[in-house]
Amino acid sequence: MTETVAILVSMILAAAPLLFAALGELITEKSGVLNLGVEGMMLAGAVTGFAVTASGHDPWLGVIAAAAAGAAVAAIFGVLTLLLLANQVATGLALTMFGIGLSALVGKPFVGIPLEKLPALPIPLLGRIPFFGPLLFQHDGMIYLAVLLTLGVHLFLTRTRAGLIVRAVGENHDAAHALGYPVRLIRFGCVLFGGALAGLGGAYLSLAYTPMWAQNMTAGRGWIALALVVFATWKPWRVLAGALLFGGFTMAQLHAQGLGLAVPPEFLAMLPYLATMLVLVAISRDATRIRLNAPACIGKLFHPDD
Amino acid sequence: MLRLEARPTPSTAALLLSPVLAIALTLLTGMALFAVLGFDPVKTVAAYFIKPLDSAYGLSELAVKATPLLLCAIGLALGFRANIWNIGAEGQLIMGAVAGSGVALFLRPEHGAAWVLPAMFAAGALGGMAWASIPAVLKLRFNASEILTSLMLTYVADLFLRWLVNGPWRDPDGYNFPQSPMFEPDAIIPPLLEGTRLGFGAVLALAVALGGWFLLSRTFLGFQIKVIGLTAAAAGYAGFNSARITWMSLLLSGGLAGIAGLNEVAGPIGQLTPFVSPGYGFTAIIVAFLGRLHPFGILLASLMLALTYLGGEAAQISLGLPVAVTSVFQGLLLFFLLACEVLIRYRLRPQRAASRRESRG
Repeated sequence: MTETVAILVSMILAAAPLLFAALGELITEKSGVLNLGVEGMMLAGAVTGFAVTASGHDPWLGVIAAAAAGAAVAAIFGVLTLLLLANQVATGLALTMFGIGLSALVGKPFVGIPLEKLPALPIPLLGRIPFFGPLLFQHDGMIYLAVLLTLGVHLFLTRTRAGLIVRAVGENHDAAHALGYPVRLIRFGCVLFGGALAGLGGAYLSLAYTPMWAQNMTAGRGWIALALVVFATWKPWRVLAGALLFGGFTMAQLHAQGLGLAVPPEFLAMLPYLATMLVLVAISRDATRIRLNAPACIGKLFHPDD
Repeated sequence: MLRLEARPTPSTAALLLSPVLAIALTLLTGMALFAVLGFDPVKTVAAYFIKPLDSAYGLSELAVKATPLLLCAIGLALGFRANIWNIGAEGQLIMGAVAGSGVALFLRPEHGAAWVLPAMFAAGALGGMAWASIPAVLKLRFNASEILTSLMLTYVADLFLRWLVNGPWRDPDGYNFPQSPMFEPDAIIPPLLEGTRLGFGAVLALAVALGGWFLLSRTFLGFQIKVIGLTAAAAGYAGFNSARITWMSLLLSGGLAGIAGLNEVAGPIGQLTPFVSPGYGFTAIIVAFLGRLHPFGILLASLMLALTYLGGEAAQISLGLPVAVTSVFQGLLLFFLLACEVLIRYRLRPQRAASRRESRG
């Protein structure tokens, strides 16, 4: 029983950074912008969160700084693609390269420094329920935050006027513009939100999941988060489910290593990447479903005078 | 306030000047960055961009580093023109190196066997093509984004390479270092000039650039690539086979990346190691854009980005600057480049002047 709980908990922990990043990208894409720089924004968040916390500040200040750092580098992307009409695919790639380089540069003095893990916040009463208590209610604060954000993003998109406007901008920016909505400003806001959440995802890695800083420590999670958004057909709760599934793959890899399976560790480490491709293929093969769910204006440039 | 006004036709001057402007802005930002890091900006830029080129050996090293960039970028640019976003050239490069190394390690040649190197080049190209054919199948058969699949395959290729050099292909006499035995002399590309590491690959890369130019500007296939990239709908009405173009561009870019990888292991490195490439496959994306997706532009751009690698190494040794500075430089360059591209199709106008004109009209 306790072992089952331990495995399931580790699955949840592995899912959290993906969930943060994918939720942010979901909002960005819903507004019609494809930001491929998730990996770079996560690294910016990871190194900032770690640097602030390791410099003796409260870990939550680190978390906030990480979100700000993610949003700051996302702002570069926003200015380039929304104001200067740069190609979104290329700009996203540039953001990833820039994020990898900058985080390695900034993080150099922090390599090898140990850090206390983000403390657990057991919820009174609920945390003491057998099985479900340790599984769901004895986590650190960021796990609860991730679930609340999933709920928040879901409610925002389906129940609020602002969410409807974001979706309208993503579905048809010319119509939204004609109705008088500031298309570029709304998109810029969504890009910043996406950056902030990717920053949180990075911070979860460097402050809670493996409390340390290592160059390139996201190891492709930003790209997996991008695939998750497609997998979830742009729906927040499915992002949560998908993130847990990928958490499961990551854990399967670690546990198989622990069991001394005769498979070389390099092959086990391929699992999350292969699984991402498999899942992407499974979901994309239904082209109609993707077309019906994808924001219609995704990746398209918008200039109010054109 | 300035506003963007669409030009009636794209500006040729801006087309040619935008890369130059981007390089200048990158240098200025780089100098500011050095100042923040506590280095003398002028001295650092000199160490980074001028010092590596003050000897004949330095110039030959520039060509050594430009070779894989040029090979990869030409292939990628053909795809980018057709809106095929293969960003996994790094993985295809690795698989080319692996396949070519396999030939070198296991088809032990009799001394003087002249077919070994050609066989290795063929294996390198096939290895890269095989790896690039996976995203092609997944895109055409299952509609999966080649951006994500080609990138995921890069991680898989890297892990596969690590497994090989840590396991079955590890040199038994290599003191447990994760690397293959050194290749036989027949399986190593001889240098073109004595005392340098510059080999036949550089000539091949130049030929590929020329071939890329011919393909794009003088053949029907090149025309189809350009039309599909500009307006996929028009290409569809004209009856162009977009699946064929997808296959072509992925196989070409994969094959060229594979050759680039083989050229590294059989050339400057001489064995299979986990460090086949310092990210050439990713940097080639910047090279392609800096060269404005034109083969001759890409040739110049490959030299420019080769210089960032050389400069990064030199500055690391002489000034103790972290290697990561190179990636920052490269990322900045791509940012500025994309920002400056706006000037090709739009011009900046002062907001007030523009509105006055509108009210008059």
